[in-house]
Amino acid sequence: MCDHASSNDPYPGLDEYIDNLAYKKENLIGILHYAQELFGYLPDKLQWHIAQKLDIPSAKVYGVVSFYSFFTMKPRGKHVINVCMGTACFVRGAEKLQAELEKQLGIKTGQTTSDNLFSLDSLRCIGACGLAPVMMIDGKVYGRLHEPEEIRQILAEYRSEPKLATIGL
Amino acid sequence: MKLSNTDALNALKAQSRVLLENRRVSNPVTTKEAQGLPRNVLICGGPGCHSSGGPKIAEQLEEELNRRGLSEQVKVFRPGCFGFCEQGPMIEIHPDNTTYCEVSVEDVPTIVEEHFIQGNRVERLLFKDPNTQKRFASDLPFYEGQVRIALRNVGYLAPENILEYIAADGYQALAQILALDPASVIDVIKKSGLRGRGGGGFSTGLKWELTRKSEAKQRYIVCNADEGDPGAFMDRSILEGDPHSVLEGMLIAGSAIGASYGFIYVRAEYPAAIRRLQVAIVQAREHGLLGKDILGSDFCFDIELKYGAGAFVCGEETALIHSIEGARGEPSVKPPFPAQKGLWGKPTCVNNVETLANIPPIILKGADWFAGIGTEKSKGTKVFALAGKVRNVGLVEVPMGTTLRQIIFNMGGGIKNHKLFKAAQTGGPSGGCIPTQYLDTPIEYESLTAIGSMMGSGGLIILDENDCMVNIAKFFLEFSVDESCGRCTACRVGTKRLHEILTKITEGNGTLDDIDKLETLGEIIKDTSLCGLGQSAPNPILSTLKYFRAEYLAHVVDKTCPAGVCKSLLKYQITDKCQGCTLCAKHCPANCISGTAKKRHVIDQERCLKCGACMEQCRVAGAIIHH
Repeated sequence: MCDHASSNDPYPGLDEYIDNLAYKKENLIGILHYAQELFGYLPDKLQWHIAQKLDIPSAKVYGVVSFYSFFTMKPRGKHVINVCMGTACFVRGAEKLQAELEKQLGIKTGQTTSDNLFSLDSLRCIGACGLAPVMMIDGKVYGRLHEPEEIRQILAEYRSEPKLATIGL
Repeated sequence: MKLSNTDALNALKAQSRVLLENRRVSNPVTTKEAQGLPRNVLICGGPGCHSSGGPKIAEQLEEELNRRGLSEQVKVFRPGCFGFCEQGPMIEIHPDNTTYCEVSVEDVPTIVEEHFIQGNRVERLLFKDPNTQKRFASDLPFYEGQVRIALRNVGYLAPENILEYIAADGYQALAQILALDPASVIDVIKKSGLRGRGGGGFSTGLKWELTRKSEAKQRYIVCNADEGDPGAFMDRSILEGDPHSVLEGMLIAGSAIGASYGFIYVRAEYPAAIRRLQVAIVQAREHGLLGKDILGSDFCFDIELKYGAGAFVCGEETALIHSIEGARGEPSVKPPFPAQKGLWGKPTCVNNVETLANIPPIILKGADWFAGIGTEKSKGTKVFALAGKVRNVGLVEVPMGTTLRQIIFNMGGGIKNHKLFKAAQTGGPSGGCIPTQYLDTPIEYESLTAIGSMMGSGGLIILDENDCMVNIAKFFLEFSVDESCGRCTACRVGTKRLHEILTKITEGNGTLDDIDKLETLGEIIKDTSLCGLGQSAPNPILSTLKYFRAEYLAHVVDKTCPAGVCKSLLKYQITDKCQGCTLCAKHCPANCISGTAKKRHVIDQERCLKCGACMEQCRVAGAIIHH
């Protein structure tokens, strides 16, 4: 059922990871973490594959994927922007930051730009409360963001990165 | 490498002592005297300092020291969080105990030239007390009144070097208890009065005893490192700054309850903490501190990491257990308690990170020492992540019984931008807001519950006069709606209804009846929810209703938001200070501002979107106001 034709097919890597686990069903969450790292997201087909591999109903896999906010069933943009919505950031203007990002990117939180460059999301506290309000782009933290111009400049840095010839997924 | 017995551990400790010789010495020398002596530079590795340039500073400093031929004499380390996040990135230089604040990469050459080569402190980088303008090179006022037990090694030891931990009495407590009867270890913990630091406040010793008493071949110890309270980073700092203390705490707990296996359930959102734990576990195994026949005893124990996947409810112990088992993190009915039937049906003891980090010092210094700190019912210290509108954001560890006023106004330095204190929020989405009249309440499990809040895991958010309490309650309810697992109706539907009512009120459509509904529904949810999340979700509303009822009434009756936060209730007006520059009219997206040049303009209230664009554009102070 699965397409194994492409040369950089991540399925064999995933299967090997699963085969090497001493306990499989008990490690469903660990497997999903690994799969999301390999594939970038967890589409239906992949969930079904994992279910078969572990010999459990695919409804159970879906149940777990949909329960945890860390897992995503939609492909993400090249850069993931996360606005911290912890209480400390909230009282220091995280909502304004989020609105400004939504305005500049032209998307709502949870969406991806049409050029697949940015996904905008929010998360709860990254522990950099001293820098509130903060956002994180691909793991890099930007703090004390109050001016729209600052945000524009940061986004511009990512926009001006040389584009990859093809995006092979 | 494997330590075969306690003597081998002690020998390694003696040998490793040299590593800490030049750090936080008891008799600091002056910067001049330190010339030519071996020096240690500590660069704060906490999340805040890390994000604001810590790694770059370390790199530059090493390069510059190398260039000036000082790399042999001056060693650079990156320990965990110093706690004083507001002043980050921070660096400490020893043995002349000098702390520099808000250091930037550009300051590095000056520090090397002035401090290390000329032997003079760089005055402008020393902490300046905003009230007295006095500079401090060490003993910063922020640390006055703090007692570091759980954080004893955080910001002091290099977290990825087990030898430093061993040099600082690491694994000595483990060595001691291996010679003792488990029951007597449990007795020590019971006598110390240590209670769960995750917020519940259940006696740790008693929890251990109950787990030990459950008959089974296999028992488990689980470390709850799923710090979900938004705005809290206590556990993260311990995991990143002192992972071995958590491992040692688990080893001691494992031995006491008769478990041979432990799990650390850690948030996937904390990659640095995960990496540190992985390194620590490998090192502990290499030294025979995890594995078979630990330190020559017959005790066998190993630890496995399990990753969370972003679900707040997994901080609840039964939900956490289900998540470790690979399922949805939904809580189950208690009893049976995990101590009787937990992970895979076996007796399981779940302890929080901070609780476990307290264990080794209690064993080493004794139950009486620990019980001597704190109040009658709450012993020891508590770590708080102080954040929000306070001047000094950071991590503080204070003896139980310290008052909120001491934390906020002494360590915290008061409220930012000379605003007025309004409330302190403890316990995150499960806690409540504490108003001014309770600032002198000593911090204890019972006293905080009595005033409608709770100890919680240690989030302490300070709110000022510009924060709207209805909006804050709405923020937490939004969180609870998001994070409710959906298993029981009271929580799933109830929190949603509460959130809807709050939204209605903040949009100016609330009625007096809505306030009654909030109270009734809140109480019902508290009484009928299955787990702690639901039982405490209404707390932010109930506590704000109790102390800030007038603010709710202002929203409902007068249709105003006194703090000026709730947009729908704001009314923008142009005063007679207007000079008629027309800037506001040009930028109004609704075209609802009219007026001729050099004459006072007027806003058409009917069409106003309340976007605030006019106010942002206006260059004359007081010409546009909102109320």
